[in-house]
Amino acid sequence: MSVPRLQLSGIRKAYPAVVANDGIDLEVMPGEIHAILGENGAGKSTLMKIIYGVTRPDEGEIEWEGRRVTIASPAVARKLGIGMVFQHFSLFETLTVAENVALSVQGAQRGANLKARIEELSQRYGLPLDPQRLVHSLSMGERQRVEIVRCLFDDPKLLIMDEPTSVLAPQAVERLFETLRRLAREGCSILYISHKLDEIKTLCHSATVISAGRVTGTCDPSKETSESLARLMIGRDLPVVAHPAPAQDGEVRLAIAELSRVSADPFGTDLKNISLTVRSGEIVGIAGASGNGQRELLEVVSGEEPLERPGVITVCGVEAGRLGPAERRAIGLAFVPADRLGRAVVGSLSLAENALLTANGAGMVRRGFIVFDAVQRFAERCIERFGVKCGGPSAQAKSLSGGNLQKYIVGREILHEPKLLVVSHPTWGVDVNATAFIRQALIELRDAGAGLLVVSDELDELFELCDRIAVIAGGRLSPAKPVAETSVEEIGLWMSGLWPASQAARVA
Amino acid sequence: MSVASPAIAIVLTAVVGCALFSALGKNPLTAFYTFFVAPVAGVNGVAELFLKASPLMLIAMGLAVGFRANVWNIGAEGQLTVGAIAAGGVALHFYGSNSPLILPAMIVAGALGGIAWAAIPALLRTRFNANEILVSLMLTYVAGLLLNYLVHGPWRDPQGYNFPQSQQFTAAELYPILIPGTRLNASVLIAFGAIAAGWAFIEKSFLGYQMRVAGLAGGAARYAGFSLKRTVWIGMLAGGAAAGLAGVGEVAGPIGQLLSSVSPGYGFAAIIVAFVGRLHPLGIFLASLLMSLLYLGGEQAQMSLNLPPAITGIFEGMLLFFLLGADVFVNYRLKRRRTARGAPASAA
Repeated sequence: MSVPRLQLSGIRKAYPAVVANDGIDLEVMPGEIHAILGENGAGKSTLMKIIYGVTRPDEGEIEWEGRRVTIASPAVARKLGIGMVFQHFSLFETLTVAENVALSVQGAQRGANLKARIEELSQRYGLPLDPQRLVHSLSMGERQRVEIVRCLFDDPKLLIMDEPTSVLAPQAVERLFETLRRLAREGCSILYISHKLDEIKTLCHSATVISAGRVTGTCDPSKETSESLARLMIGRDLPVVAHPAPAQDGEVRLAIAELSRVSADPFGTDLKNISLTVRSGEIVGIAGASGNGQRELLEVVSGEEPLERPGVITVCGVEAGRLGPAERRAIGLAFVPADRLGRAVVGSLSLAENALLTANGAGMVRRGFIVFDAVQRFAERCIERFGVKCGGPSAQAKSLSGGNLQKYIVGREILHEPKLLVVSHPTWGVDVNATAFIRQALIELRDAGAGLLVVSDELDELFELCDRIAVIAGGRLSPAKPVAETSVEEIGLWMSGLWPASQAARVA
Repeated sequence: MSVASPAIAIVLTAVVGCALFSALGKNPLTAFYTFFVAPVAGVNGVAELFLKASPLMLIAMGLAVGFRANVWNIGAEGQLTVGAIAAGGVALHFYGSNSPLILPAMIVAGALGGIAWAAIPALLRTRFNANEILVSLMLTYVAGLLLNYLVHGPWRDPQGYNFPQSQQFTAAELYPILIPGTRLNASVLIAFGAIAAGWAFIEKSFLGYQMRVAGLAGGAARYAGFSLKRTVWIGMLAGGAAAGLAGVGEVAGPIGQLLSSVSPGYGFAAIIVAFVGRLHPLGIFLASLLMSLLYLGGEQAQMSLNLPPAITGIFEGMLLFFLLGADVFVNYRLKRRRTARGAPASAA
């Protein structure tokens, strides 16, 4: 048997409050696609940071191709042949693809043949890219290709991919897998971090499951079922989201009529002739690869970008186009944005103080002064009912893990018993357990008679949650189809902007 | 750590100050005593300390309301001047009246004057997105010229031998003295009141909470539906009102008339006070006393040590410099790294 490309033994990393990695062993062979599977906060990202030289382990050994090494910095990691594609891209939007690549490669490669080399690499690995294009005009999938090509310049022997599919449309996912398989065939090892079980089953040769900083199992994912993988990951069966049939003919809670709007952001997407209805007792989903107008649409719905004409948007029977977010909240709208820190909550304030952000109607403010008791009680209620793991209402919002913070935010909005709840990416970066909990809470809110609008780029999520699904592409919105009458394939096709014109015309 | 950096800054200022004194050939211990202890020995000294501290604490509290929300009113000096002009205008218009309402009228006029001057940058910022730092700062010089025109021209004392000053205000137009035999007057109570009001606003009121959110995370304020324009208006006008009141405190207090200059830079020094006090009411209270001591110490140093008047400015500057420096080192770590050529170079 050949020498492992990377072998970790007994890796331990402790932070003041938590032991992130505790005696982790990991072995990656050349040409192997190895999945790292685990819930949020299980210690996956700490482990990757150790391998990429961002953090140093307290204990344990790293062997690279049979030789003991100390990876002191990402530069050292790159020199060894370790590349990493982060979940969040670090590209300059106003520069071209070639310029972005030139910024990161070492001097000698920067010359005139840079473009030729980009084209060669992108052709060889099925990553079509035009070096002259400006990055802001690229889709998320294309941007990811730039990141990957940038790594390939260093001829990596190990490529770390951190949740690479979270920004991709289904077709782009398949394409990415082709590229990764080709890289693996040529001998490059790949560490693939994800919590999407089906992806791991189709792509990876082996998997290491991490839970609470320890390795809880290794397996061949192709021989496992999603259920057995989930059991390894969370130690029990995957919670099942119950989804009873929707109520019929509820009253209209949100009506958008022929909304067109030029984006204020020069790199944004203009909205074109969007019409949509959400009734009480139903969940309507909007699918689409990110960057197709979701952000612009949500800003208009939430009231952060009020409109000139009041009648374009009707919320709970009130013409709301010109109302701001606080006024729309007063008539029954609640909104969970995709960004948590800095938008849904202020990171440096406590959970209780963050309750006050959207909750000032519920007896928490009297004669202009804050009623601290009421705020405290509300936060405690939210923490208890939604099982938020935290140090109590006075814990800083940024001290919570992503999943727990999301539970708190969704809980905060649900506790106000909104008539219409708009949620963007309800479970982005949230582990399976919290995901199931949040989805169940949304469905219960629907059954209590609220109307819900869910925007997400994860089709699985939309098919699990929604009663009707529409697709946004290039700032246009398709008609909403009942889930039972459509399929992942059809919605995936619509995501490229192709839906039957007759239907589009009928709605428009 | 937020309390540590003002403490470090004060110690460093004292140490470097002593080094500066010895470089000038003075005994550092004597100089230190002269600067920091002698001014407050005795009742009169303490009264002077509070007299000079009260405009600083008043303005700093007003500015802190805006600073916490990232609204940068740098023109308190000008707003103070216009407040003094407005109060002085009322005093001169009703000259000789003994009505008990004259002082309250001056106080209201002074506050409105400061508010009006602060409203200009607020309007330009909310309407045309003009930078409030530049506009408020430039208006300071306009206010100074306006005051100069008035005391050289229409408001000059006819019996004043052509000196650029107005008539002396009468007793009804002055704040009553609190401690007989000193200059400490009732305007210090307004400053204490401002600290209390500022504390209630910042810590207890919903509006204060909204402004804090706007300062910490604009995106969250937008999401919650807190008006950013209102934040700018409140932040600017709170500083303007406080500075205007401080202007009244000067002309209806120790000065007692309009002169071509009514403030030794309180409006600018208050910015330092606000930051040394960490934008917190209690901190501002303590920092204003410290800054006031620097003023008194500077005067004492001029008289007993033959040092130039610039000494006060040097100490003010050192205090702010060391505070900002300490903040950098509290928030960032200094790291040595090797450059590509292998030569060591340091970078923050």
